Amino acid sequence: MAVMDIAEDAVSASAETALAVSIDNIDVRFGSGDAIVTALKGVSVDIADGAFVTMLGPSGCGKSTLLRAIADLVPTSNGQIKVHGRTPEEARKSRDFAFVFQDATLLPWRSAIDNVKLPLEVGKPGPAHADPKELLELVGLSGRENALPAELSGGMRQRVAIARALVTRPRILLMDEPFGALDEITRDKLNEELLRIWQETGTTILFVTHSIPEAAFLGQKVLVLAAHPGRVKEFMPVDLEFPRHLAMRDTMEFIQITAHLRQLLEEC
Amino acid sequence: MTDIAQDRSANSGSSFAWFEKSREKLPAIIAVIGLIALWQGIVWGFSVPTYMAPGPFEVLGAFQENAAVLFNNFWPTFFEALLGFVFGNLIAILLAVLFVHSMTAERAFYPIAVFINTIPIIAVAPILVLIFGNGLAPKIIIAALICFFPTLVNMVRGLKAVNPATLDLMRVLSATNSEVFWKVRLQSSLPFLFAALKIASTTCVIGAIVAEWIGSNFGLGALIIEATYNFRSPLLYATVFTAALLAVCLFALVSIAEKYFIRWKAPAVH
Ligand SMILES: Nc1ncnc2c1ncn2[C@@H]1O[C@H](COP(=O)(O)OP(=O)(O)OP(=O)(O)O)[C@@H](O)[C@H]1O
Ligand SMILES: [Mg+2]
Repeated sequence: MAVMDIAEDAVSASAETALAVSIDNIDVRFGSGDAIVTALKGVSVDIADGAFVTMLGPSGCGKSTLLRAIADLVPTSNGQIKVHGRTPEEARKSRDFAFVFQDATLLPWRSAIDNVKLPLEVGKPGPAHADPKELLELVGLSGRENALPAELSGGMRQRVAIARALVTRPRILLMDEPFGALDEITRDKLNEELLRIWQETGTTILFVTHSIPEAAFLGQKVLVLAAHPGRVKEFMPVDLEFPRHLAMRDTMEFIQITAHLRQLLEEC
Repeated sequence: MTDIAQDRSANSGSSFAWFEKSREKLPAIIAVIGLIALWQGIVWGFSVPTYMAPGPFEVLGAFQENAAVLFNNFWPTFFEALLGFVFGNLIAILLAVLFVHSMTAERAFYPIAVFINTIPIIAVAPILVLIFGNGLAPKIIIAALICFFPTLVNMVRGLKAVNPATLDLMRVLSATNSEVFWKVRLQSSLPFLFAALKIASTTCVIGAIVAEWIGSNFGLGALIIEATYNFRSPLLYATVFTAALLAVCLFALVSIAEKYFIRWKAPAVH
């Protein structure tokens, strides 16, 4: 009996450490007094280490807020978030995660390579980091190391931002509509590249998007949020095998999945 | 993209590029020559007396005749304007940095800065002359005062004009306040700062000359007063052109510095 207890404990302990992010019943509120806005209410979700999770939901339902709460950019007013078993603040300070914003947020006076190096120059970067030059190669920008952001296209800038996020070898990548401002062809290309990078690096990825096909194509699981207040509608696995190719989007399976997601969103 | 950049750099060294460049400036050169011709034409056509308005040739003659006088009075004005420019802007920049770091400091000193700015410079000049005498000091202070406010306002704006997402990025990276200041704020304020410095580069000369009007016996300002009272109009014009030349030179220096410090394409300021 006692032996079994211990075994069970060990299992649950290892299950916990295998979680990249565990969110337990959190609320997020903005403002005070009468002008209070409840952006998230009672959100609970566990994200496994190494998973690729996409997040969908109507505008204003709190997708960015959830990502920002994990990144310690927004305080929670209830419940708790654990990032690899630690608080978001501890995780931020030890560079557990990196954030990719909708616009690339490159420093315009720095060249591509110097932008990638930025995370190594501020805060307390850990000893283990990737080679900035190799990262630019990984995102398909070799030869453009010394280009200024103004000399790069929108898609190229977003690639630099991804390389910058990867330079500290984060265990988790938080991406808030990173390809939202790009044209469809560039977006498709970057989607495939992102999947390749995910498989090569084993990083956990949390990816917010407005596009149903993008959410289904990238995610192992899709987290659908509902609005007013922001809450989890469904955490749906996507039964499509990896590696995924763009042509998969024309298969019956894929179309069924997106149709289901669309229906879920309409109910939100 | 690379091709275009290479073409451009290959051209800029050749004589062809020089020719292209001077052709760009041709309209401006023709316009200036035209205006001078018009000026001469009016002076001749209406037989304007020299003491009222000299023609361009008389002004040119005054430059030649009074070269030594102009030269000797150029330097004091130059130093007053330059030192005023340096001190006025330096204090403005440091104060802006303080304001951005301390809300209390901004609340305490910003109204005072606004108040100082509302006092007409011409009214301050006699006060400063009474306090500091007839030397260089009051002129430098007035030149500094006239530079101070536009730079302060622009620099505060520039230091605060950081993309909020960039600040989020720096927070995710756990950057310290001083890292944010040195790596982000300072750089992104440069377009604003240089917009202000360009204004200051011409107003500091105005400040120095106005200060010299109040009981000074040296400098281009004093020379302007003297030439006016003695009806030496050609000398007056020559002095005014010298002062303008000084302002243009300072403006050009600031523009060169701007090109050097802001090589990245500046986002639209204003
Ligand atoms: N800093 C803030 N101050 C006040 N309210 C905020 C703030 N940030 C977000 N909100 C509110 O929280 C709610 C969720 O916002 P959030 O940006 O997370 O939505 P979203 O799902 O990312 O929307 P979108 O898809 O349009 O990006 C919205 O009602 C918004 O008005
Ligand atoms: Mg959002």
